[in-house]
Amino acid sequence: MRLGLVLGEAANGLRRNITMVISVVLVTFISLTFVGAAVLLQFQIGQMKGYWYDRAQVAVYMCTSTDDTGTCAQAEATDEQKNAVEAQLESDTLAPFIERYEFEDHDLAYENFKESFEGSPLVDLATPEFLPESFRVKLVDPNQATVLIESLSGLPGVQSVVDQRDYLDGILDILNAASYAAIGLASLMLIAAVLLIATTIRLSAFSRRREIGIMRLVGASNRFIQTPFILEGVFASLIGSLLAGVAVVALVQFFVRGYLLDSIGNSVPLVGLGDALLVVPIIIVLGGVLAAASAGFAISRYLKV
Amino acid sequence: MIRFDTVTKSYPRNSRPALNGVSMEILKGEFVFLVGASGSGKSSFLRLVLKEEKPTKGQIHVLGQQLNTLTSRKVPYFRRNLGVVFQDFRLLPQKTVFDNVAFSLQVIGKSKGFIQEAVPDVLKMVGLAGKSNRFPHELSGGEQQRVAIARAIVNKPAILLADEPTGNLDPATSAGIMTLLERINLGGTTVIMATHDVGIVDQMKRRVIELTDGRIVRDERRGGYQTQAVPIQNFGLAGTQGAAPIEGTAL
Repeated sequence: MRLGLVLGEAANGLRRNITMVISVVLVTFISLTFVGAAVLLQFQIGQMKGYWYDRAQVAVYMCTSTDDTGTCAQAEATDEQKNAVEAQLESDTLAPFIERYEFEDHDLAYENFKESFEGSPLVDLATPEFLPESFRVKLVDPNQATVLIESLSGLPGVQSVVDQRDYLDGILDILNAASYAAIGLASLMLIAAVLLIATTIRLSAFSRRREIGIMRLVGASNRFIQTPFILEGVFASLIGSLLAGVAVVALVQFFVRGYLLDSIGNSVPLVGLGDALLVVPIIIVLGGVLAAASAGFAISRYLKV
Repeated sequence: MIRFDTVTKSYPRNSRPALNGVSMEILKGEFVFLVGASGSGKSSFLRLVLKEEKPTKGQIHVLGQQLNTLTSRKVPYFRRNLGVVFQDFRLLPQKTVFDNVAFSLQVIGKSKGFIQEAVPDVLKMVGLAGKSNRFPHELSGGEQQRVAIARAIVNKPAILLADEPTGNLDPATSAGIMTLLERINLGGTTVIMATHDVGIVDQMKRRVIELTDGRIVRDERRGGYQTQAVPIQNFGLAGTQGAAPIEGTAL
């Protein structure tokens, strides 16, 4: 096969079909950007899970004098009640599940509260008495939080037992939904892109049907005839994929690492450039393979014997 | 070289087959005219030889290949042994005479050196030596057909198929084309030519195969356009269901 001739034919096709090629570039660009965003969201979810699940604990909140939920009756938990909870944590039934636990008294809770809500007017309102004392329990396996919740919830002086992962699950659900929405949009756009590539190649083949007819007549191999068309489709879609790759990197660099990092700070782990660079090859390969498949399918009609 | 074994070709949505139980054999180096009214099956015959169509029934052998079992991957390589010429020339208008002929070599992967030698040779043979840089629209019909013939034979095919090659040409120009085809035939190439041109067939005195309604009604050596000999079958039976298949003349 003569490479120069094949590439020349492909370049000719691209030039003759420039408007269609531009629309293919734009549609693949947008659809693959959505694919990239969806993959990045999944990375983000994974990172947050890894980060928080490691740190997440089960908090056993004790009653305060202002509380009447749970078993509290607006009475501060007594030392006996606290000891009873601690005894439970040390008992043979619960001890195997627990890696370690700490007791957080009013003052420590107030310190932590001030730290996390620094600059907020809430800090001025709160006093140490308002903030419940708690046992912070780190489990061997975070998935077994229910064991702890069931055995400690009913104890006198215990206001509530909370698996902190539940807070996270809400956020993760939202991120997950967003990533599914992005995937959904991306699939619709990808279908449009595939159909557009097929139409473009069909047009291109139609405008060259005389040449194709003669090539078939004189015995050019099918691969020789179809390669320029497939290259044409792949080339157009690769430009779109590259643009999408640039868009994904820019999104991470300027939005996530720039704007988001400035506004929420270091409290949440965010995806970085490394993740974005991992997404780029996925996008490019996806764009190339889809284009090759749809262009090959479109041209095969002209090659049937 | 070409053998049909009770070949039937039906097209969808047409109850009457284009070819109906055709059996015949064409040997190496023959010059065969294919005559018959429009729609009698001449074009279907040529398309079957080219494997552009598959027969509905029967076997076709061309150049030692059984066409029914030829995979579509191998069809292009098979076609490199055939040359084809059409009534409407089918040249590429934006390419010069040289490039039109060279194109058919380029796309089957011949080297530049080979093309530089073979194309001027074949253009000289068809009588277009000085016109290799002209474009098709600058040539007369006869010259365009010569370019088409040059393109068909530049790869030295064993068989040349011609579908009414003189259909668009005046008698004098046609005669020139026939002289050229005869010369190609003398070089050892089997030529099969479908035609309506009475004068040419009568004058050339070559083998004539006549088709009517998809059946061979005559297969005559040194024949004319209209048969002078006793017909080899009873015309009353032509097209009748259940008529015995007509055997080609054994050679």
